[in-house]
Amino acid sequence: MGLLTFKGGLHPYDGKELTANQPITEYLPQGDLVFPLSQHIGAPAQAIVKKGDRVLVGQKIAEAGGFVSANIHSSVSGTVKLVGPKLTAAGAMVNSIVVENDGQYEAVTYETKPLDQMTKDDILAAVKEAGIVGLGGAGFPTHVKLAPKDPNAIDHIIINAAECEPYITADYRCMMEQGEKLIEGLKIMLSMFPNAKGVIGIEDNKPEAIKKLTAMTANEEKISVAGLQTKYPQGAERSLIYAVTKREVNSSMLPADAGCIVDNVATAMAVYDAVVLGKPLYERVVTVTGDAIENPGNFLVKCGTNAAELVEAAGGFKTKPEKVISGGPMMGMAMFSLDVPCGKTFSSLLTFTKDQVAANEPSNCIRCGRCVSACPAKLLPAKLSVLADHGNFDEFERLNGAECVECGCCSYACPAKRNLTQSMKVGRKEVLARRRKK
Amino acid sequence: MNQELYHVSANPHVRDKVTTQNLMFYVILALLPTTIFGFVNFGLSAIINVVITTATCVIAEYAWQKLMHKKITINDMSAALTGLLLGINLPPQAPYWIGIIGGLVAIIVVKQLFGGLGQNFMNPALGGRCFLVLSFALPMTNWTYNSAFGSFDAATMATPLAMVKAGETVNWVDMFIGFHGGTIGETSAVCILIGGLFLIWKKVISPIIPCAYLGTLALFVLLFGGHGFDMNFVLCHICGGGVMLGAFFMATDYVTSPITDLGKLIFGIILGVLTGVFRIFGPGAEGVSYAIIFSNLLVPLIEKWTVPAAFGKGGKK
Repeated sequence: MGLLTFKGGLHPYDGKELTANQPITEYLPQGDLVFPLSQHIGAPAQAIVKKGDRVLVGQKIAEAGGFVSANIHSSVSGTVKLVGPKLTAAGAMVNSIVVENDGQYEAVTYETKPLDQMTKDDILAAVKEAGIVGLGGAGFPTHVKLAPKDPNAIDHIIINAAECEPYITADYRCMMEQGEKLIEGLKIMLSMFPNAKGVIGIEDNKPEAIKKLTAMTANEEKISVAGLQTKYPQGAERSLIYAVTKREVNSSMLPADAGCIVDNVATAMAVYDAVVLGKPLYERVVTVTGDAIENPGNFLVKCGTNAAELVEAAGGFKTKPEKVISGGPMMGMAMFSLDVPCGKTFSSLLTFTKDQVAANEPSNCIRCGRCVSACPAKLLPAKLSVLADHGNFDEFERLNGAECVECGCCSYACPAKRNLTQSMKVGRKEVLARRRKK
Repeated sequence: MNQELYHVSANPHVRDKVTTQNLMFYVILALLPTTIFGFVNFGLSAIINVVITTATCVIAEYAWQKLMHKKITINDMSAALTGLLLGINLPPQAPYWIGIIGGLVAIIVVKQLFGGLGQNFMNPALGGRCFLVLSFALPMTNWTYNSAFGSFDAATMATPLAMVKAGETVNWVDMFIGFHGGTIGETSAVCILIGGLFLIWKKVISPIIPCAYLGTLALFVLLFGGHGFDMNFVLCHICGGGVMLGAFFMATDYVTSPITDLGKLIFGIILGVLTGVFRIFGPGAEGVSYAIIFSNLLVPLIEKWTVPAAFGKGGKK
């Protein structure tokens, strides 16, 4: 199969050489663990423990607050110290459960049935119970994705192994070290959809992973590995669906409307853990990297671990960073403080000695069109950003501003260093809020 | 909170290395072959004229922004580029005050009065040039050819395009190389082509506008030129006058051309048709400048009708 791709996009410096060959090492937290009740898209979870309770590894400490929501489990054993607002990576104070780690790692016993005795509903229930959400960054509850209106209409389950965000290598290391888990996880999901075939989409800057998984799936009838052209944002859900199936998904559709379910590598592995081992989602692989870090690497991190501890785990700061980011450089969130927990969607801790955004002062748009050619949603960011800045949201919506995926390509490409994505996000947020009111 | 805070901003946190300044610099670099050719071809007066227009434009922008208490933006090199373009669009023997007036009109009237870089609706260099042609017709059409290489020292002669219009036969190869009369920077099609291809290779400009423009003009001349299928005649039209310089360096001006590919195609076709009409049916031999500034005015209209279908909105689901 030739390399698949989408139209638009660009090629930022990928920085993956810093960590691509760093094996995953487990990090055990020292300080308190903070579990925000909102680590996913949808309603916040409801705490089911209170101050003073003793909790175990894998014990459910908060229950999904609705259908689109997810359970949260403790990642250590210890005592609940507080249930109250704490700062999170997004910069907001979110109700959280704080657990004092006793260092025993006493775990609950997980109950499972053998896979061949499980029905589709059993699998779905196991995924839901484990609190699995999309681990690529968005945090959409996986049990909702796996319960589309018409399961027979799903013909593709796509594993998003593009990992197009620069610097991050967490999924790559997972594939290299635990590829079989990914394939088993995918097979479990495929068993729920009679008409679906599995496609693992990997960017061709990871030839080792393509080679390895192609060999491992050689005898799998329903699973294939698709090489994707290395281009940002290849791993954006809509871009990936287009690359694999040539179907286009817009802002008023779900991937299921195009017959697709897209799950990230780590998510599929979590599905395996949940269904086969009965193990809930309470740890994930985090890439700690950037030019300010002494020893960049990949760590298996207990959810709730303080981000500052990860810096220490990676040898501390080599230079003083101006910017620290949760996620990648293109779509990640800048954090003003490292005193935040690593939640389920915390894929990377990226640190920059110099903040390129502050160093580049915006100037007038020269209408060069670079944002237009970079936009994977085929929008006119130069025009839309002005409309959003001026508060002209009707026109913003008419020109399809809501189709923006906030990938950051327009700001990246802009020679005048305008913060186009920021304006696009403002406009999009307003338009989507209006849509919900209707 | 006494803890030191890290920077925050919306994503993305990295930026491409390309800046407005180095895009402008690339265009200036690409203009060097034809500019230097013009200097060699026309001698000292050409050099002085280009220096005057460039200096006038940069100083005018600086002075205006200083006076208006605006941020000084001469470092983005757009004023220098306007000055250079205006300079190589002057006849080599133009009196020196012409360049000063042209530069002031280009920068103050066409560019700054409308809000500076990115806000002008008309190419400043061409706006300045058209003002000069309309106001000072005689010095602006003095094509005295004073080449160190030619044997017609100080001979007043028509430009090749005017000779073509008058029905004389001119060899297009001579026009392609460029040792003949014309404005300072327009005579050598080959030098302009080198610069233009450099810009396309560096992805500074898209090839759509030049291709659509030259292609349409060639077709138009073929159909309506009255010479039948005469390739020499067509190539004379492509290589002669300001069309090469216009197609690669003026029509592709970011600010005053459409932003989408489809818009660029339509823009290029309109330019080709207008240039053909002005050249063949108009009174003068030339028409490029007017075709471009006229088409500049159509850009908002073109853009209104060429909004691309968003991903997932136009194509199949």
